[in-house]
Amino acid sequence: MRVVFPFSAIVGQDDMKLALLLAAVDRTLGGVMVFGDRGAGKTTAVRALAALLPPLKVIEGCRFNCEPDQPCEACEGVCRHGRGSGQTPAPVVDMPLGATEDRVVGALDLERALTRGEKAFDPGLLARANRGFLYIDEVNLLEDHLVDLLLDVAQSGENVVEREGLSVRHPARFVLVGSGNPEEGELRPQLLDRFGLSVEVRTPDRLTDRVEVVRRRDAFDRDPEGFAATWKSKDAAVRRRIAAAQLRLADVAAPDAILEQGSRLCMAVGADGLRGELTLLRASRALAALEGRDTVVETDLRRIAPMALRHRLRRGPLDEQASTTRIERAMDELLAA
Amino acid sequence: MTDAAGVWADAMLAAALVAVDPGLGGVMVRAGPGPVRDAWLTGFRRLLDPDVAWRRLPTGIGDERLLGGLDLAMALGSGYRILQRGLLAEADGGVVIAPMVERLDARTVARLAAALEDGSVLVERDGMSDRLMARFSLVALDEGVGADERPPAALLERLAFCIDLNRVGHRDAQPISATPADIAEARATLARVAAPDGAAAEALCGAALALGIESMRAPRLAMRVACALAALEGREAIDEDDLAAAARLVLAPRATRVPEIEPEQPQDQDEAEARPEAEQDAAEDEGDPRPAAEEDGPAAVDALNDMVLQAARAALPEGLEALWRAGRAVSRASSARTGGAGAKQVSAKRGRRIGVRPGAVGQASALDVVETLKAAAPWQGLRGGVPGEGSLRIRRDDFRVRRFEERSETTLIFVVDASGSAALQRLAETKGAVELLLAEAYVKRTQVALIAFRGLTAELLLPPTRSLTRARRSLAELAGGGATPLAAGLEAGAALAVAERAKGRTPLLVIMTDGRGNIARDGAAFRTRAETDAMNAARRIRAAGFGAAMIDISPRPRGDGLRLAEAMGARFASLPYVEAGRVRDMVRSLDAARAA
Repeated sequence: MRVVFPFSAIVGQDDMKLALLLAAVDRTLGGVMVFGDRGAGKTTAVRALAALLPPLKVIEGCRFNCEPDQPCEACEGVCRHGRGSGQTPAPVVDMPLGATEDRVVGALDLERALTRGEKAFDPGLLARANRGFLYIDEVNLLEDHLVDLLLDVAQSGENVVEREGLSVRHPARFVLVGSGNPEEGELRPQLLDRFGLSVEVRTPDRLTDRVEVVRRRDAFDRDPEGFAATWKSKDAAVRRRIAAAQLRLADVAAPDAILEQGSRLCMAVGADGLRGELTLLRASRALAALEGRDTVVETDLRRIAPMALRHRLRRGPLDEQASTTRIERAMDELLAA
Repeated sequence: MTDAAGVWADAMLAAALVAVDPGLGGVMVRAGPGPVRDAWLTGFRRLLDPDVAWRRLPTGIGDERLLGGLDLAMALGSGYRILQRGLLAEADGGVVIAPMVERLDARTVARLAAALEDGSVLVERDGMSDRLMARFSLVALDEGVGADERPPAALLERLAFCIDLNRVGHRDAQPISATPADIAEARATLARVAAPDGAAAEALCGAALALGIESMRAPRLAMRVACALAALEGREAIDEDDLAAAARLVLAPRATRVPEIEPEQPQDQDEAEARPEAEQDAAEDEGDPRPAAEEDGPAAVDALNDMVLQAARAALPEGLEALWRAGRAVSRASSARTGGAGAKQVSAKRGRRIGVRPGAVGQASALDVVETLKAAAPWQGLRGGVPGEGSLRIRRDDFRVRRFEERSETTLIFVVDASGSAALQRLAETKGAVELLLAEAYVKRTQVALIAFRGLTAELLLPPTRSLTRARRSLAELAGGGATPLAAGLEAGAALAVAERAKGRTPLLVIMTDGRGNIARDGAAFRTRAETDAMNAARRIRAAGFGAAMIDISPRPRGDGLRLAEAMGARFASLPYVEAGRVRDMVRSLDAARAA
């Protein structure tokens, strides 16, 4: 396994880090889209996430990461399950550019077909990402039909394969994380809306931060293992926070007043559809859980609103005024009282 | 350092540094084909062991060969899936040469960038899944001539060096004396070079900020370059000359603005006054002995920062300063263009693959080998083939042919009259219409370009793009006023349309003017000649067969617009009040007519 740059060693980028943590706490938030400058550390942050996710309990040897007590039907004939259950690190699967559709959704196991004349299913990236994260760098360069397919599966949580005479369905519940550079071309708005949270990253402005980025990166490049070791306990603390928040999440209450404020905020900024409102609420609960609280408070809404609503505003694409500013202004008006 | 010999020396130094530390990514070489470029490539190659991979990237390479794919011979022969490595993995430990990088399509660029980033290629193709090492250095040959042919930003970003050999003469291109053995020695030293201290990082980061370099990769690469420089000279610690040279080599070519000259630093006024000439010296005279930064107080740190910045400043590319002075900030956008050129030539066998279908292979269809094999495989038992004996039986029914969705992209070219006669207040309405169309283009993923004409010339404000961020910016910059060089505007539009068509896209011209040109092609202010020139330009647009729409935006149309539209073969609308919705409908009908 390659050593990745530790999550806690990333300087600044609080929005991006928070969005990823929230997605880890509540995996049903609908994924995260990270937009931003080149060289701001988008890829680094997503890959670093792998070290923070609590391990999964799985059936030993299962290629779909099935939970011990509920194997999926596709396991038949594909996974040679032992009886026992085991643990596996939660997957953070990279979707490389140039991946072919057969490797994404899974396909006929060609080798078995050729050598033994058997018809068997070879699980793809979607199976491997089950219960974990699926990361696509440069979403705007991925072919449209693959993006559509991914979004569809991400939403339904199930991958249905009907090809080469195979008819297979298996669970594929993953958090989709996309990244892209707006200068390379925009994402279709329909597509953007499918992501739960959207954050913008910029390279740090402050010289001291920039110096720190360069120094840590240099230290990591010189001795990846050593560097990772020095940050290990910090990463472990974050991991415990995520695990605790996952447990707490079900008990976090959102008072009626907060629900109402959320709705009013969505109406005020003109966020289309219910999806924004739901995400706003859920992500706020995840934030409360992450901070060890049992109740959602107004500051949670404030912190979450830009990342939950920014990409859902009705607006002319050339609106000079940034979405974030619009949301912040609406918040100031609504929440001040 | 702008003299040819100096440029050449830096170019060879860059080659040596990449040979010492392949982690520097590689070199962007701006030069046309010729003896100088060849000399540089030969010089670079001589620095490496002869058995090191040296691979040339064919233009238009497919994923199969670039990343890797199924080894068909093995699959057919033995029945086993074997991954055949692609070019990037084959070049592991060596060099990949990418010619005509300014025309490289965005897909290939992204794959190269990902491999440079990871030092490996992740293959998820043809039923195989593997990570192959691909630690290569990239030599990207930028052969662009005009300002609109720029190398892809995603590569520029990841390559430490960017050298311009266009003005280096053949006689300056002397080989250097370093040998592979020297490089090997320097590599060994590099492993022992001590980590640069905070002052070094601060000097490079500060210089990068002052030069308007956003990305964090630039100072990181500069820091690695400083270490490699020390190693090349057999030192195990970097000194300030290394930092200055790193700033000159790595930061200067990326500068987007000229740092302000501040004889008095606000934070240490007295210190700066004490050494006004030293600052200027630093640029030319890098060998100037100075107190090492690390052992002194804040004053010395500032001195180091200044020196590094000055070194970079002295090496700024020509023209940047002039551009800056002219008040036209080089925005981040202008350096961020992708090399999309040439990527989308449409042919019967190109386009978005939408799947396979059973069928016969012919001139117009491509056999999908893997799909065909997969189709044949399950039947081998029945057909009596013996697996592993190389006797796969494939029948006609098994053939699978690729299906492509031909997607000829449209480029909407707006040619907008921003002159005084088009009335300043109308400019806002015109902008509104353009915005609405952009919004549509954005949903339909059409490319958009914007040309404005006023005063004496037409200007390409926005090269074809899909980026709304950039469109927004350039539209906001559009100012109005001045004479009406209509002919120049039409010609600029036609020229861009020709270029777009050459790239396989379908250009559509949308011209918004009152049709009253008063500046002739040569810039002379004769109304009659101006009108003749405009009519001629319009006829050429018709002759070339470009789809066009002419929107007359004069408050009281007098027929000039209509005549122009007729000459152009363009659809015509007179919109005394530019209504965004009507403009959009017109362009829609134009697009529909084209598609039909």
